[in-house]
Amino acid sequence: MAVCIAVIAKENYPLYIRSVPTQNELKFHYTVHTSLDVVEEKISAVGKALGDQRELYLGLLYPTEDYKVYGYVTNSKVKFVIVVDSSNTSLRDNEIRSMFRKLHNSFTDVMCNPFHNPGDTIQSKAFDGIVSGMMVQTA
Amino acid sequence: MESLTLSDVEQKYYSDLFVYCDTDNTKKVASNGRVLDLFRAAQLPSEVVLQITELCGATRLGHFGRSQFYIALKLIAIAQSGLPLRVESLNSVKDLPLPRFVVGKNEAEARHAALYQDPDSQGLYPAPGTAVIPRPPGRGHQNKKGHPSSTSLPVHEVIQPLATTIESQPEPTSPVVSPHQSPPTSPHSWRKHKRQHSGGNAERQPVVAATGAVWTQFREPQTGPVAGDGMWPSHSPPLPGQESWVSFTADTPPSSTLPAMHPSSVQVQRTTIRTVASAATTNEIQRQSSTYDDPWKITDEQRQYYINQFKTIQPDLTGFIPGSAAKEFFTKSKLPILELSHIWELSDFDKDGALTLDEFCAAFHLVVARKNGYDLPEKLPESLMPKLIDLDDSAVPEQTADVGYSASPVEVTPNKSPSMPSLNQAWPEMNQSNEQWETFSERSSSSQTLTQFDSNIAPADPDTAIVHPVPIRMTPSKIHMQEMELKRTGSDHNHPTSPLLAKPPELSEEAKLPASMKFVAANTVGDGYSSSDSFTSDQEPITRQRSQSGTSPEALKVVAPPPPPPRPHPSHSRSSSLDMNRTFAATKSIAGGGAVLTTTSPQQIPQQPNFADFSQFQAFAASEQPSSLPEGDKPSEGAGPLRTVKSDGQADERPSATVNSGAKGSSGPLAPPPKPVRRRLKSEDELRPEDEQHGPQKSNVIAAVLATQPSIPRSVGKDKKAIQASIRRNKETNTVLARLNSELQQQLKDLLEERISLEVQLEQLRPFSHL
Repeated sequence: MAVCIAVIAKENYPLYIRSVPTQNELKFHYTVHTSLDVVEEKISAVGKALGDQRELYLGLLYPTEDYKVYGYVTNSKVKFVIVVDSSNTSLRDNEIRSMFRKLHNSFTDVMCNPFHNPGDTIQSKAFDGIVSGMMVQTA
Repeated sequence: MESLTLSDVEQKYYSDLFVYCDTDNTKKVASNGRVLDLFRAAQLPSEVVLQITELCGATRLGHFGRSQFYIALKLIAIAQSGLPLRVESLNSVKDLPLPRFVVGKNEAEARHAALYQDPDSQGLYPAPGTAVIPRPPGRGHQNKKGHPSSTSLPVHEVIQPLATTIESQPEPTSPVVSPHQSPPTSPHSWRKHKRQHSGGNAERQPVVAATGAVWTQFREPQTGPVAGDGMWPSHSPPLPGQESWVSFTADTPPSSTLPAMHPSSVQVQRTTIRTVASAATTNEIQRQSSTYDDPWKITDEQRQYYINQFKTIQPDLTGFIPGSAAKEFFTKSKLPILELSHIWELSDFDKDGALTLDEFCAAFHLVVARKNGYDLPEKLPESLMPKLIDLDDSAVPEQTADVGYSASPVEVTPNKSPSMPSLNQAWPEMNQSNEQWETFSERSSSSQTLTQFDSNIAPADPDTAIVHPVPIRMTPSKIHMQEMELKRTGSDHNHPTSPLLAKPPELSEEAKLPASMKFVAANTVGDGYSSSDSFTSDQEPITRQRSQSGTSPEALKVVAPPPPPPRPHPSHSRSSSLDMNRTFAATKSIAGGGAVLTTTSPQQIPQQPNFADFSQFQAFAASEQPSSLPEGDKPSEGAGPLRTVKSDGQADERPSATVNSGAKGSSGPLAPPPKPVRRRLKSEDELRPEDEQHGPQKSNVIAAVLATQPSIPRSVGKDKKAIQASIRRNKETNTVLARLNSELQQQLKDLLEERISLEVQLEQLRPFSHL
């Protein structure tokens, strides 16, 4: 269950950000933004050596005392960032991976929509649905 | 049969009548009884009726097909006008009034007949209840004459009682009854709508506008101004794919049982009072009265229209419309991009970036609905789903090539052929003349350069991929092996994502695909064993591993959810089911869904016809695996799914192994199975050392199980199917359980880690507490 989910475009501007509304959203935006540096670092490190074989799932980008940030990069340099609560220890790596996979699939569906211009913010209800399913359910 | 050209009005009228007579709802044949009643109602001398019947060919055929019926109706009209009955006169007589049917017995019928003459027949009869008899399509008749709506009031009144009368008499007295779908009277209704719209009645305007007057503009202003502004059938967003649908609004009677979805329905009431009757009304009522309460249902006419539109973009009806073309097309509708985007999401069922005929129809339908003010649904309505639209076709485009063009449109087409040309002709006119979207005028939106989406841009998402059980012969006979080989290659074509099959080059490509899922689905157990010989390249297993890890989760997802279809327990219990269960239970107890090595290899192994060798392979695998010790807490980089994948393969392997063990005959390819397995094992070792810990254990169990498998005599041909079925079932079960197993294992590992870390912390804290 994520607290914040973000999709960042290749040019590092957000295509989609959603966080649990009860909390300070700005904080999450900031976190996601700073996590981009870590993402860049990871993909540049792996980068040219393996070429395409770079693993899409980046794993834990960095943990803070409140939450953990996970990253995922597609082959077209679109980044997905998931922020989860640190107290939520039941989240396995596997689950995070599956969340990213679902995100990626939904994102692909959005991209397949001819009415969606790449670079636009994502305004797909299906995508919203998927993301909502992954967010922490606030009562 | 003599060719028959009907005007639009006639076409509508006739089709309404046909539907009325189509008591069996065959949509092809009008019941003789009904037809004869109808003809009697025409008040023609019986010998004339006989002559007509003969002329139209019904006597020849013995029944009234649609074309016969139409011809007969036309002949009736001719006879009623006093013209001599001639075949030639069918097409030569112009401006023939519609045939009139009067049934004196029934008050309703009389009214009905009167209504036919009544220009205001538009009065929507509130289809009271569901069994309302749809209004006779006499409207079209009146439409043609362009009667003013002056008599609307009396008509309305007449209609009301008529409706009730009709209600009281379930036996359709009116010749036109639409049991289900509204007959293609839409053109009339639409026309009516158009007239109304163009009539510019202030009252109607809001209705029209509300109802998406756009649609009205659809048709050429052939039909004069119709008073009935877009009567939007409260019933369905009967998005008028064509003209008439707009007129729905007019038809919505206040007492309509249909949910008054449309705000204009009330207005419609008002307008109906004064609007010109049109076939649309009939249509509306028919639709409303249709027990088929699906608001999103596409009528035949609409469908035909959509198909025509599809043809303009893609002549091949079984082909796809690429996303860019579809975007241009739908952008002309002037709907906001956001809504179009949503419509696309709903209608692109297989998410391939292209529209099949079904998807296109659904999208078009939704656009029409939206244009007429209906809100877009959150989910694709059932009736718009590809597989439901064409019952005869495999709905899912990826399955077969026969998209969209099932019997229903085909059936409709010939019937509608006389009218279709007219509709089609009307189309371009409307297109040009109307500013509204329905015509998809060429004044397309200023779209930026469209992103070029190749059709089928995204391979079928494994999540949505259809698990396609491929029958596989388990018997090891050579003939069967060959058959399986062929079948496998055949299934390869059908399932490009199928991992294992075929030759190594294919494999290496397919390795990227959710091999595991397909493997389970395809159950190419017997297949490809011969191909396993080619599984010698190390690349395959490695790439396969990678791909599996990447794709297996999705694949597994696909596999896991669908529960194995119930299959009769094979009488020949020998191999599969019992042993599998036993094996499975055994394997479950073993650590994790590991069986990495064995599972992957089994995937290839089962394809080998040499089942007997499987047990050898198992033993081999068992021996191999212990050599590769598992690592500790290596974060399973998809190891979980990978494990499940492997376990799936293992599960598959098991049934195949059992069969294999039975196959004594083919002991030839003994070497191949172990070889690829070995390679796989090695590659597995390289990639997933962690999983190997489970592998050996599982493989041991498997080997044991396999060894115990009784040999299946070849003579058990009849049980083959049963075995295959049970094997398939078991494999699916295995997949699910293996996945579960791996998940649980992962959980266990995590918990152990936590426990260890906690203990460490405790240790650290303890000294402090002493201080």
